[in-house]
Amino acid sequence: MAAHLSYGRVNLNILREAARKELREFLDKCAGSKAIVWDEYLTGPFGLIAQYSLLKEHEVEKMFTLKPGRLPAADVKNIIFFVRPKLELMDIIADNVASEDKLRTPRDFHVLFVPRRSLLCEQRLKEKGVLGSLINVDEYILDLIPYDGDLLSMESESAFRECYLENDQTSLYHTAKGLMTLQALYGTIPQIFGKGECARHVANMMLRMKREFAGCQTQILPVFDTLLLLDRNVDLLTPLATQLTYEGLIDEIYSINNGYVKLPPEKFAQKKQGEGEKDLPTEPKKLQLNSAEELYAEIRDKNFNAVGAALSKKAKIISAAFEERHNAKTVGEIKQFVSQLPHMQAARTSLANHTSVAELIKDITTSDAFFDNLTVEQEFMTGVDTDKANTYIEDCIARKDPLIKILRLVCMQSVCNNGLKQKVLDFYKREILQTYGFQHILTLNNLEKAGLLKLQTATRNNYPTIRKTLKLWMEDANEQVASHQFYVLQKAEYVPVCRPTSTGQQGENRITLVFFLGGVTYAEIAALRFLSQMEDGGTEYVIATTKLINGTSFIKSLMERLEVPP
Amino acid sequence: MMRSKPDEDDYWNSSKFRAFTFDDDDDEFSTLKESKRAVNSIVVDDDDDDDEDDVEKVSWSGEPVGTFPDVPSRSFAPELRKPKAEYKVSKPVLLVNLVKGRAYSFETFRSLKDKMLLLDEAVHANDGNVITAVLIFLKKSLSKEILSRELTSREIALRHYIHYLKEMGEQKSLVELLKSLGRTEDMALLQYKEHLNIKDEVRKKEYLKACIGLPFSPEDASHVQDHYTLLERQIIIEANDKQAENKVEVFKKHPRKASILNMPIITTLYYSCFYHYGEPEGTFSSPANIRSTFKISEKQYFLTVLGARAKLKEWFDVDRLFTAKNWFGYTKKKSPIGFHRVVDILQKNNAPVQVLQEYVSLVEDTEQKISLAQKYKCHDIVIDTYKDLKDRQQLIIYQGKVERNSPEDRKIQDLLNNTQIRWKN
Repeated sequence: MAAHLSYGRVNLNILREAARKELREFLDKCAGSKAIVWDEYLTGPFGLIAQYSLLKEHEVEKMFTLKPGRLPAADVKNIIFFVRPKLELMDIIADNVASEDKLRTPRDFHVLFVPRRSLLCEQRLKEKGVLGSLINVDEYILDLIPYDGDLLSMESESAFRECYLENDQTSLYHTAKGLMTLQALYGTIPQIFGKGECARHVANMMLRMKREFAGCQTQILPVFDTLLLLDRNVDLLTPLATQLTYEGLIDEIYSINNGYVKLPPEKFAQKKQGEGEKDLPTEPKKLQLNSAEELYAEIRDKNFNAVGAALSKKAKIISAAFEERHNAKTVGEIKQFVSQLPHMQAARTSLANHTSVAELIKDITTSDAFFDNLTVEQEFMTGVDTDKANTYIEDCIARKDPLIKILRLVCMQSVCNNGLKQKVLDFYKREILQTYGFQHILTLNNLEKAGLLKLQTATRNNYPTIRKTLKLWMEDANEQVASHQFYVLQKAEYVPVCRPTSTGQQGENRITLVFFLGGVTYAEIAALRFLSQMEDGGTEYVIATTKLINGTSFIKSLMERLEVPP
Repeated sequence: MMRSKPDEDDYWNSSKFRAFTFDDDDDEFSTLKESKRAVNSIVVDDDDDDDEDDVEKVSWSGEPVGTFPDVPSRSFAPELRKPKAEYKVSKPVLLVNLVKGRAYSFETFRSLKDKMLLLDEAVHANDGNVITAVLIFLKKSLSKEILSRELTSREIALRHYIHYLKEMGEQKSLVELLKSLGRTEDMALLQYKEHLNIKDEVRKKEYLKACIGLPFSPEDASHVQDHYTLLERQIIIEANDKQAENKVEVFKKHPRKASILNMPIITTLYYSCFYHYGEPEGTFSSPANIRSTFKISEKQYFLTVLGARAKLKEWFDVDRLFTAKNWFGYTKKKSPIGFHRVVDILQKNNAPVQVLQEYVSLVEDTEQKISLAQKYKCHDIVIDTYKDLKDRQQLIIYQGKVERNSPEDRKIQDLLNNTQIRWKN
């Protein structure tokens, strides 16, 4: 049972348990002692499903990282490769199998494709002559992974690119499948709403899949009342803008992966009493970030400006709690105090960690670079001078700032202005190509295809209108709340007002599953959580997506891989 | 040697119903719809088959779902036992059956009509692996022209095919396909991308030259042209400079850290401003030539020259860069970039105060000017500006910051003592 999954309205532990069960079954299929050879990329997502303890229970004695050459010696009966279906990895597996020491006792080889098998990969293994040596070749379908009590992600990096750039609906198919799995566990969702082409495809696929399963109605009462499918390109602006919630900033600056963040260690050095200056740790500090940590759950979705105050408040509470020891006079009271100590100490560590994290973030947010960037973003969003070439962007190019930063800003301007004038677009392109190299024609082309960068058409720019109507929301919204929220409130329009009368519990909160096709940012998640808390007896939201993204990873997924040979 | 658990052996090795085989008529795919059968388990015997397949539990509901019995439907176990099995990839029974213990063969599909039906059903099943398998078969058994013609009207299959060709690195086939589909710009860009795989610069240059005529969009076409021209020049510059490395002064004093090949234009310009400044416009290596050939913006040009000459501490060059003769023959300093930025760059290169001062004094915004002047200790500018602003208070404050009895100190004192000045405070 994962603690962080139990706090939501929907118990996502069930989903996790289902995944664990599948894993166990596969491991047992390869009977006997085993060693797992990991495609490193998979260790993160798997960590959300199972820890080493589970593997150990099923006789996993060793774990190695997948790399070419000979596998390390290990006295195990089975070697299992956990890999993504990528051709390059097949070559490595072939290398491993071929390099096996013939003099030792032969080990049995197995391959587990995650999240699904691939014909081309199996063909490659066949070509390399190793397919025959593999005993079990299976797939472990890991579609929707629970990240937190109200958050699911497929962690499919290429989903946006595939859907909107390559017109490839494979990831949508897998989305539909993932949703069918979800429905098998949590009941068929009675209503599906959506916005966008991809949403339509997913809905159609789901209905078709449901028909194919017709006659086998699940007896489970639906946990989710509504499914809302949203195409990412309904709102391209939000992922491009810098997020300003605590969690959003952590992701923007340090990148949150699979619920963990790696931070520079200096601020986290333990200062033990009586010891001198220790050597500063060189390993980055790894922090787990989820709702199981009380303090984090409180501050993650706040606008960063409000975090300082929250930490202060918490510090006072914790101090006061520790001071209670003076009031504990009777044995009973002392006993009670002592029993709470672990919780208080955990709270204190948590506070210390997040104070350090907040300091790290503050260093960035108070910098001129951050301020200048944000100013320009906000100018774009309020429609200031979006039809001209922006001087700040020009200066950043001249300074050779990271290309992704430039692309984010240029795309933002394009989206806010509903396309750029020919002159402006040409100017930016030329400046970029001249400064960063011509090979970036390919990336610029991708951005244009995906609609992030485009030529202004004759149609009216409708962003000003949207902004005006939503400004009303902004006035009423709590100061402490994330500033990009109003874009999410725009999406709230699509949640139906009519309540289904037949299914669902009457009088209780509705639960809507919002599925972002192409990615979602932490800021948007924060906004939906805020909405969940807003009304009494209103709708609560569970969020699902193909990938958790921020502006940088979003643009990166659309860039051409340009490895220039050495 | 079976790997499965003992209690499953019977399960795997039995089949309640006869599976669909290809001995039936080719075009009677719909024969199954009248019979309600459950295909218990379709499994590949892992040991004697080269092509592995998933383990599935499928059952047939009997309802017609298209002409192919793509199948699964199963009563849900109320417990969580294998919930995902229901949603595993479902394949047309045909293919699964073919795979089971027999050679993987589509031989029975001979006519074009049959092949296209097969493809359409594979697409209908939505399973990427199945679609790919069928496409591989079609690639072998159909001519390129026919295949691409058929794919034109089958978007999903087409995408899969393009993806397949990309995965397998079949560049030529992909280019031909895109061409036949009329996706000329995509084709052109794809071919252009190949240049990244060419290491030898001369071969790369030739390759880029060949790309120029491709059907790019007009803007991209000019960029590709520029790319070729740039590389062509870089090769020449590189060759010459390699010779000059041990002979010419500037190369000896500031040895090159890297070759100029494949660098972006601005980097090349910087290099040229560094090592070839002042050369006549006729030579490929001169900054003037690069500027005009590639139509570099004024801002970029100024910034680059400034950066390079400041690095070399050539303050006279910097001076000349900004000097322009106006109508009356007087020289005046002009800059497409704000002078505060000029100051910034000069300061980063440790320009002496006299040089800094000159440019600080040109900063238009008074507040910025004072702040920069204070930062870089250009006392005269601070003093003169406060004097112009008639701000006595600030002057007094500043006097506190300068060294006692220094020239600046005395200058301020003189001003403060000057009764002619109408101070505002």
